[in-house]
Amino acid sequence: MSEYLLEVRNLQTRFELFRGTVKAVDGVDFTLREGEILGLVGESGGGKSVTGFSLLGLIDPPGRIAAGEVIFRGENLLEKSEEEMRRIRGKEISMIFQDPMTSLNPLQSIGRQIGEMLALHTPLSPADRRKRSIELLREVGIPNPEDRLENYPHQFSGGMRQRVVIAIALAANPKLIIADEPTTALDVTVQAQILALMENLVKRFGSALILITHDLAVVSEMTHRVAVMYCGRVVEEGPTRELVRHPFHPYTKGLLESIPRLSGERSRRLPQIPGMVPSLFDLPPGCSFAPRCGYATDLCRHEAPRMRAVAPGRTVSCHNPVQGGEEAEGHGR
Amino acid sequence: MSAKKEGFFKSEFFHNFVRSPGALAGLFIVTFFVVLVTAGPLFTPQNPYDIGSLDLMDAFKPPVWMEGGDPAFVLGTDDQGRDLLSAMVYGSRISLFIGLSVVVLSCVLGTFLGLVAGYFGGRLDSLLMRVVDIQLSFPAMLVALFIMAAFGRGLGKLVTALTIVGWVLYARTVRGSVLVEKKKEYVDAARLIGLSPFPIILRHVLPNILTPLIVIATIHVGTVILTEATLSYLGVGVPVTRPSLGLLVKNGYDVLFSGLWWSSVFPGMFIMLLVFGINLLGDFLRDEFNPRLK
Amino acid sequence: MLKYLLKRLVQMIVVLFTVSVIVFLVMSFTGDPVLMIVPPTATDAQIAEARTALGLDRPLWVQYGVFLQNLLRGDLGVSYIFKRPALTLIVERMPATLELVFFSVLLSLAVALPCGVYAGARPNSPFSRAVMGGSLLGISLPSFWVGILLIFYFAVEKGLLPSSGRGATAPLFGIPFAFLTWDGFRHIVLPAVTLALGTLAMLIRLIRAQIMEVMRQDFIRFARAKGVSWRSLFFSHALKNALVPVVTVFGMQIGSLIAFATVTETIFAWPGMGKLLVDSINTADRPVIVAYLMIVAAMFVLINFIVDIVYTLIDPRIDLR
Repeated sequence: MSEYLLEVRNLQTRFELFRGTVKAVDGVDFTLREGEILGLVGESGGGKSVTGFSLLGLIDPPGRIAAGEVIFRGENLLEKSEEEMRRIRGKEISMIFQDPMTSLNPLQSIGRQIGEMLALHTPLSPADRRKRSIELLREVGIPNPEDRLENYPHQFSGGMRQRVVIAIALAANPKLIIADEPTTALDVTVQAQILALMENLVKRFGSALILITHDLAVVSEMTHRVAVMYCGRVVEEGPTRELVRHPFHPYTKGLLESIPRLSGERSRRLPQIPGMVPSLFDLPPGCSFAPRCGYATDLCRHEAPRMRAVAPGRTVSCHNPVQGGEEAEGHGR
Repeated sequence: MSAKKEGFFKSEFFHNFVRSPGALAGLFIVTFFVVLVTAGPLFTPQNPYDIGSLDLMDAFKPPVWMEGGDPAFVLGTDDQGRDLLSAMVYGSRISLFIGLSVVVLSCVLGTFLGLVAGYFGGRLDSLLMRVVDIQLSFPAMLVALFIMAAFGRGLGKLVTALTIVGWVLYARTVRGSVLVEKKKEYVDAARLIGLSPFPIILRHVLPNILTPLIVIATIHVGTVILTEATLSYLGVGVPVTRPSLGLLVKNGYDVLFSGLWWSSVFPGMFIMLLVFGINLLGDFLRDEFNPRLK
Repeated sequence: MLKYLLKRLVQMIVVLFTVSVIVFLVMSFTGDPVLMIVPPTATDAQIAEARTALGLDRPLWVQYGVFLQNLLRGDLGVSYIFKRPALTLIVERMPATLELVFFSVLLSLAVALPCGVYAGARPNSPFSRAVMGGSLLGISLPSFWVGILLIFYFAVEKGLLPSSGRGATAPLFGIPFAFLTWDGFRHIVLPAVTLALGTLAMLIRLIRAQIMEVMRQDFIRFARAKGVSWRSLFFSHALKNALVPVVTVFGMQIGSLIAFATVTETIFAWPGMGKLLVDSINTADRPVIVAYLMIVAAMFVLINFIVDIVYTLIDPRIDLR
């Protein structure tokens, strides 16, 4: 069988709105191995979350998945019926949402919500489910799990709620977890804890993780590989350490340079990528990044580049990749 | 100027409007009534309040399609020989007038009080909101009934009573909006440089409250017309000299048991039609302006 | 919990007190009650005497004091027309109104719940659209007109159901109710339907809207990502969340029903509190009007209170501190 747990090829998800058609995901390719942690990075509105939802088939009208393949364990998920997808959700692939304040049913105890997950996907008896729920809560670091099983979501803080959500996501021991900006809605101090927790658990349970985030700093710490998205497309993909040290795509380079550093010259201005992300209703012709790119040529402005390998394990979608693996300023490790 | 007009016709609002059977039906009905009350009196066979033009011999005539009907009185006549259709046209005028005037007055009063409460906050705000809450815990119709029962029938009194009952919803909405704006940073910025933030808040609040107010107001017109009809039916609404559709129904009720159904059925049908048209529009507007559906 | 109850109790008393002041003040402007009591041939001297006897020559605030005092003792005045205590008159008629309201509530719920829930579950189905159109029409109907139509068709034309009155009654716990007899039940059908229509229509729309709103929320999507079936999503997750706010609105509607019962009772000559009120307005029987308002105000305040308590019981997020 394939070496990959997940292969996404040319995924295209569109939203048909009155103002026009939004190509939220416009040809996304990436791969994922078992137990691997992939960071899916990009600015807000760049299509990352929609990609995540598309993998699980959770796109509702006016959105639709227009093209592409999502090969999970050898099978194309996009060809599956809703019934078949339902069996996969939670059991093989589960998802962690961004906002823990709204992910949980406010009128049900968390014990019941975890129990539901277990009842759906495991053959455990109610008594065993309760035991397992307590275990799971303990794993995610919730103190006094036996007592807190009966509590309602509003009785937990944001960080605690996200832990509960993580517990639910892990409950059926899925092969793949999609985490959609899991810490964006949390306090900075809590963010690190939650990320560490996730890294730990994912490694122990042997699940693969797609970590969707706009925070490149987070990604560089935690992930094995990174896929950088811009305007609905993956512009660069590769092993994290290498990508961070030697980015090929100008956008990636720009992102890395704009991360504030504790060391090095302090008197310099923080570099920023000039310009703004274009409206998805009105994408520029050719390469979407061209208007903001310091290396853009006429070719870039006319013809959209395609993903190609520029080094072993490194793919990029650019006519003029940053050659020679120029070190992104100050990021040598 | 023409660009703006053109823009409207290309807008999503317009696009959805012409594709919504409900909205179109509502517009048609409301336009029909507007035309009816403005142009109608010119065409009605008779002015039903001109006593001199009435002939008691015409009384109790059924509608033209029934036996005994008279083509001069298409929908029949009442106990005084008044042509029902003419009475309905004049009655619609009164009903619509009351509806619109109450809504305009309530809206102005409510918006003003809401702005004041929201802007000044503190005790004034608490007091006002207590009043609103207390008033809202009692059914509007009963409060209006009580006021009219105490002060007697009359057009002006009716409009006043219904306004007293009706301002609360506007006040609450506007106040909420002001509070949201007050929290924004530009208010602090303005205060810092010594400017009164009030005119700026106003400028920011008004566009935000415009759409909810339009929705509330539209639906409110329908509510007022129904309430007025009910009050008039009970005898505490419009005076006898200016019968609204509700009062016409009441007059018809008195002769209902003799089998003379048309004098109560038709005016009631008009009320229903008018309010239905208004509600169709209101429904469409509410769905269109609901930000969460976008 | 106790502190909350106490706080509410105080609030309720304040509201009732305010209402009593307003009612008293407004009613004191309604003309001279003395003229209602004395015979038309009374001389000026006799009128003045009557005025003093009734305490109507004293300053307004003193009169209010007397009014309040009497109120607290349960004395709400004596009807000018019936020459009996107003309170008694109202209490006598309360069962009739309550039974009418009760059946309307039952009818509304029985129809609105299934229709509203179904329309919410399948918002774009033909049934749902029909229901929406019908309910919009329903809230546009003048209830008194509907009553008239029903009377005309069922009573005058077809003679199937009685057009007015309450019919025979039978006692339950010593209180006479009409629905316990077949004759009484026949009498209650038309008024109950008339009264129920507006509420029914409103409820259907509300339930449908609430369900659609809830189904759009994040936690539903999250449950879906868990692999929960649509059926479970709807019934285990969405429904309760959607219906909780409906409870509050419905509670308020009961107050509205009591108010609109005045109209329904008038049309059908149903001998309840509402009809008494309308008659009293027409005969300028001030004590009865005042008594009705005070009693009904107390009822509304009580209903609101109960609704609030029920709401805190069903929504775990509400903290009573």
